[in-house]
Amino acid sequence: MDMLVFAGASVAKIAVVMVTVLITVAILTLAERKVLSWMQDRMGPMEVGPYGILQPIADGIKLFFKEDIIPAGANWVLFSLAPIISLIPAFIGFAVVPYGPNIEYELYGVTIKPFIISDINIGILYVLAFASIGAYGVILGGWASNNKYSLLGGLRAAAQVISYELNVGLAIIGVLILAGSLSLVTIAEKQAGGFWHWNLIGGLQIIGFVVYVISSVAETNRLPFDLPEADSELVAGWMTEYSGMRFAFFFMAEYANMILVSCIASVLFLGGYHAPYPGTLLPGILGYFEGVAWFTVKVYFFLFLFFWIRATLPRLRYDQLMRFGWKVMLPLALANIVITAIVVYVLR
Amino acid sequence: MNGASHLLSYLANYFPVLVFIGVAFAFGAGTLVISHFLQPKLPDPEKLSAYECGSEPFSDARMPFPVRYYIIAMLFVIFDIEILFLYPWAIAFDKIGVIGMVEMLIFIALFVVGYVYAWKKGALEWD
Repeated sequence: MDMLVFAGASVAKIAVVMVTVLITVAILTLAERKVLSWMQDRMGPMEVGPYGILQPIADGIKLFFKEDIIPAGANWVLFSLAPIISLIPAFIGFAVVPYGPNIEYELYGVTIKPFIISDINIGILYVLAFASIGAYGVILGGWASNNKYSLLGGLRAAAQVISYELNVGLAIIGVLILAGSLSLVTIAEKQAGGFWHWNLIGGLQIIGFVVYVISSVAETNRLPFDLPEADSELVAGWMTEYSGMRFAFFFMAEYANMILVSCIASVLFLGGYHAPYPGTLLPGILGYFEGVAWFTVKVYFFLFLFFWIRATLPRLRYDQLMRFGWKVMLPLALANIVITAIVVYVLR
Repeated sequence: MNGASHLLSYLANYFPVLVFIGVAFAFGAGTLVISHFLQPKLPDPEKLSAYECGSEPFSDARMPFPVRYYIIAMLFVIFDIEILFLYPWAIAFDKIGVIGMVEMLIFIALFVVGYVYAWKKGALEWD
């Protein structure tokens, strides 16, 4: 009975998170086009529904009913498998993110944490590990297509993702020193009590934050680091031969990854579900949802940042991209670790 | 709490993660299968040929690629393992005191030596 209640609550939370992520992906596809349009003094999509708000639904239905072409020379198994290998890691990282306060609630004698799906003590390692698996989907898709653009795009993507993954891994070590835990729940809890306790400000993780954000943009293959799918030289990179639902999977994986890195950035550097002021303004249960609202605001701030950067900066050249990652970001991240360690040691 | 129930409560933390992986896989596979039955199937030799800006594809795409990618992959493996050693140190930072601190600074210094060597050897150049 206890097991059943626990399993049922887990499945319910997972369903809510999955649906939320999928809806957010849909919103983002429209939001990106709208934000870019407004920044370029255009209207953006206006045809489907009032102000084009039904555009994502129309796009989804179109992709769902579209023919899935597998090129004659492609490796059928890997070609079909690659989009799923990309999609699953992008979704399952959400299992360890704390969406709200770490409260406990008794349900038929079983302790349930309503805002946390799972508090595993290796949280951030789990996220990083599965983020690496996503790169396999890209390189396998690029190779299996038997297309020159796809192969080049896949290779570029793999080299870029692993290069910037190093920087992500290094950038968060400062936060780990401050928190003394790999669990995202613990990291968020330690930042309670106003914005001056957040790791970005109270922990002086400014270098770590900047390195993390830039490297995340590169890791999700977003502009100005979208060399793997550079439209002007590689058609669509590793996605060139993909169509229909398989293309949609790569697309969803990219946006889900954006949401995931935004969630992680909010938890690691901006206090997660904590408000910028101590405690909550609303009493009781409403206060918990105030935390969820703050978390949502922070995540959407990062998502807006993704679009803003895209509208502002031109695409880098590939040699510039690799040089920037290995020769600028990596030393900065290393320096951040040494400085944080010394400062924390002296202060404690 | 005895050992077995302790292990059980520990594994219970991972149960939702396992379910999440299952749900994500089911979503992926299910969507592909449903879409498979709903979409048109109109194969055509032209449609199935590899895309090459309209011209006939003139060779197999699985050609040799620059050894640069291989070097980057190797550097990644080496550096990533070194980074993994930093994680347990960061977690235990408060408990290991000055010895752990100095040891890790020596480790990072060695890391930097390897990094400077790779830089001077031109492994980080891309041209």
